Amino acid sequence: MPSVKIPKKSTFVDMTPFVDVAFLILTFFIMATKFKPPEPVEVTTPNSVSTQELPESNALLITIDKEGKVYFTVLSEKDKTIYDEVINTINSSRNLGLTDAEKRNYRKTYMVGVGFGQLKQLLDIPAEQQNNLKQTGMPIDTTGGDLTYWVQAAKSAFAGTRLQYLVKGDNMSKYPVFKNVLGALKKNDVYKYNLITAPEDAPSGTELYEERRRAR
Amino acid sequence: MAQIEDSGGGHKKGPGVKKAKKLSTRVDMTPMVDLGFLLITFFIFTTTMSSPKALNLNMPKDTKNEEELNKAKESGALTIMLGKDNSVYYYEGQLAPDGSNFKSATFATIRDEIINKKKEVMKNHIHDDKCPKIWAENKGDKNSCLDRDFVVVIKPDEDATYKNTVDMLDEMTINNVKRYAMIDITPQELEVVHATEKSLGK
Repeated sequence: MPSVKIPKKSTFVDMTPFVDVAFLILTFFIMATKFKPPEPVEVTTPNSVSTQELPESNALLITIDKEGKVYFTVLSEKDKTIYDEVINTINSSRNLGLTDAEKRNYRKTYMVGVGFGQLKQLLDIPAEQQNNLKQTGMPIDTTGGDLTYWVQAAKSAFAGTRLQYLVKGDNMSKYPVFKNVLGALKKNDVYKYNLITAPEDAPSGTELYEERRRAR
Repeated sequence: MAQIEDSGGGHKKGPGVKKAKKLSTRVDMTPMVDLGFLLITFFIFTTTMSSPKALNLNMPKDTKNEEELNKAKESGALTIMLGKDNSVYYYEGQLAPDGSNFKSATFATIRDEIINKKKEVMKNHIHDDKCPKIWAENKGDKNSCLDRDFVVVIKPDEDATYKNTVDMLDEMTINNVKRYAMIDITPQELEVVHATEKSLGK
């Protein structure tokens, strides 16, 4: 009886298209990725239908975390001397007696979330290790608190350039903190703010939705 | 001159001519693919897809001078109060002393209330000589004057979250409310809000 010989099929599959697609995806992600600086506090921002891009530089960022702690950040990509100017102003106006090394360290300090009393202590820590430190939040009350002085110092350092004011609040933070932050900004004659939000689509059927549909 | 070897023509050459061994052109791509996928995984995890957007907020200057304050017509005013646990309350015009026009809503239903109020204001619009100026500002759009008197006042209380506040501001953009203000809640309103929250067991 002649045995039926089953032809041995090759197990080799042509993976070329698969690899092509894989590398296409890889290219896409490499292009689309933008590394954000590690932030010491985690903030989940609310959503809004706004489509306006955020400024990356020449801005003051005020962060409110979920416990209502306030942090202050100066964003200046190009001109790093802004940082020196801000800390010098703060140092002299509040008589903090910071050393030159501490002042230099401010350039790398991403956010300040302590009162003037603990600022020296914060700047003594190398910038890389500051993220591990739990900051207590900048003291703030209905009269503005420490934040008023920081905004004032930064405003004068940025004099002549267009400065934007960003407020990044956590979903769970309470309104009074936000109100106090606005109060501190108002004291410096700042009335236009940009709230940082995550994007979302306009709900269907609303006026904005119709308007955007017509525009397309 | 060197002879060009053409495939398949082996027999033409003499028996002494050695045929060059044909090497396979296949390269083992497994390590490259491995690495490729490793990178894909890395970038997928690190990437942040949607970049954050900025929501504009303009606040008025604090002023004690009564004359500088913007007056809102009572018929066109809608006051929205934000309370504890995402609760929303609203009233139209002035708050009645007995609180009878004070109503409860949720974030899901407040949009309809805003739209209804806006429609009502637009229906009751009376044309006057200020309208042509508004038309001119809006490229001659003759509907732009209709909601002139419509003002929404947002009053978050101390229990309202930041999310509620931003959501309500966003609602103004969504419903194309041109005039709105965010101000502090008055003690009278706060009392009614607290009383309502208490009765609802919050």
